Amino acid sequence: MPDNVKSALAPVSFRRRSVNTLATVAAAGSVVLVLLPLIAIFAYLVYRGIGSLNWAFLTQTPKPVGEAGGGMANAIGGTALILLIASSMGVPIGIGAGIYLAEYGRNRFGDLIRFTADVLNGVPSIVVGIVAYGIVVIAQGHFSALAGGVALAIMMIPTITRATEEMLLLVPQAIREAAYGLGVSRWRTTLSITLRTATSGVITGVMLAFARVAGETAPLLFTAFGNQYWNWKMNQPTAALSLQVFTYAISPFDEWHRQAWAGALILIVLIVVSVTAVRIAAGRGMLKGMS
Amino acid sequence: MPGPQPVAKPEVMATPRDQAQPLIKAGSSHITDRLFELAMLACGVCVLALVGLIVYELIAKSSLSWHAFGWKFFFRSEWDPVNEQFGAWPFVYGTLVSSLVALILAVPLSIGVAVFITEMCPRGLKGILAFTTELLAAIPSVIYGLWAIFVLVPLLRQYLEPFLAQYFGWTGLFEGTPYGVGMLAAGMILAIMVVPIISSITREVMTAVPQQQREAVLALGATRWEMIRTGVLRNARAGILGAIILGLGRALGETMAVTMVIGNRPEIARSLFAPGYTMASVIANEFSEATGDTYLSALVEIGLALFLVTIIVNILAQVLVWSVTRGMPARGHA
Repeated sequence: MPDNVKSALAPVSFRRRSVNTLATVAAAGSVVLVLLPLIAIFAYLVYRGIGSLNWAFLTQTPKPVGEAGGGMANAIGGTALILLIASSMGVPIGIGAGIYLAEYGRNRFGDLIRFTADVLNGVPSIVVGIVAYGIVVIAQGHFSALAGGVALAIMMIPTITRATEEMLLLVPQAIREAAYGLGVSRWRTTLSITLRTATSGVITGVMLAFARVAGETAPLLFTAFGNQYWNWKMNQPTAALSLQVFTYAISPFDEWHRQAWAGALILIVLIVVSVTAVRIAAGRGMLKGMS
Repeated sequence: MPGPQPVAKPEVMATPRDQAQPLIKAGSSHITDRLFELAMLACGVCVLALVGLIVYELIAKSSLSWHAFGWKFFFRSEWDPVNEQFGAWPFVYGTLVSSLVALILAVPLSIGVAVFITEMCPRGLKGILAFTTELLAAIPSVIYGLWAIFVLVPLLRQYLEPFLAQYFGWTGLFEGTPYGVGMLAAGMILAIMVVPIISSITREVMTAVPQQQREAVLALGATRWEMIRTGVLRNARAGILGAIILGLGRALGETMAVTMVIGNRPEIARSLFAPGYTMASVIANEFSEATGDTYLSALVEIGLALFLVTIIVNILAQVLVWSVTRGMPARGHA
């Protein structure tokens, strides 16, 4: 056997083997280090949250400082109201823009909108809050649920737009052509055939956007503002779960800290349930292509 | 008969997209089709309008402060609402330092996680790990903040900060009273928050590296790590840089978690134990109680700066990531 072949077949040197092992250990170690806070956050959240969760928390409004008891029922309602307002504006516009991009936007103008949607996606949430303050709160003269809803809608739109576009593009061209061939008009094809086929994917996009804004706090600080009482009016300041958690967390009172944990637990359950539901639906193979 | 034949190209066959055109026209109502397209276009234009509105609002509402202080606004250190003297330097500094600390902690970890998930871990574990790291990204910022206040900060105060002060105090970065709350706590919580972003995009660009690259390096007798280093990481480096910059963009604009642990004091100190303040947190804390037009305008100007910086950072990152994943069919864009 020639010498050069022999040396090539020689076992890998000790140094190279140990570097390889070291790198593997380092990579596995970083996974552990990253999972550690995740586990710690969830464990602590459940531990502190469950202990503080009770019927009063879910049904009562906050008590004044110093009095034990009370709850965040109004904040849960407020979050629901704000999310409802946000979805009713953000979902149709987002899906519409997605349809435009997928069905009509294969051109320069479409590229511009696509790019703008990505820009909008990267805008810090606090800046969105400033803008919602500028266009709604100043116009109305006071903080309101509507302003909070507008801020969250602005944050939902780019996510939904891009997800809808991506899903519609996955629908095979042949299906559209089959509809056209039967004499179905274009708008009807888009709504009843293309969008219908991509429904589950579009819902995934909407749920992801929903989960993303459900826990947002920064844009609500000076739009929805918070409220110690029940409010179902669009044009009045409204409590929100995330805001209440923030206010209670930075307060100096133990009783409020306890409630902050309970509120956080409810918030995370809301979000994890929607994200996991999406994940399971995606795993079924209907929505492949969403990452 | 051989050779090219002068056949007129049928219009219908021009491109797959145009193919549909004559078919629709056959039996559909032009007006409703047109209206539908216009309605969808309006939604698309909405996206454009929103960004335009954001830019307009920020510029219009910050003009007062811009005229009063000019460029120097970002380099002045006084923040005195009573005398209407505003300078954003402590906030700019706090934002930069806390994001830098976050990146220093998060980058090696994220790349480690991405390497492990794409190249090393057994198939069954892959999906679970990917899902779990994505779950980290779904936790709201306010919950990170809550956890940081009650778990991370006490840990820092009692164990990590005294330890750092004792052994690394000579660097000047770790000195002074270990409050727990401060730049270090903010940087650490930010690091936890940006790891999922950096690692998921690093994963994406690493997957985009062709399999043949790996096989070629392995065939030359490389160990697995040598294969990853020379075959994968080196080919994906532009995309990984993009992932890091995207993480930076997130860290710069992050508000709630940072506000809850950074201490909120507009000071500039060398030590990471000292409390600080960031651009996002000063807006969060002071916007709703800002009295006086100049005060409000100064806060909006900070918002404008934050907006511009994150936009530039995000665009830069997108371009870098595209440069690696461009050839990939996986994301399904036509």
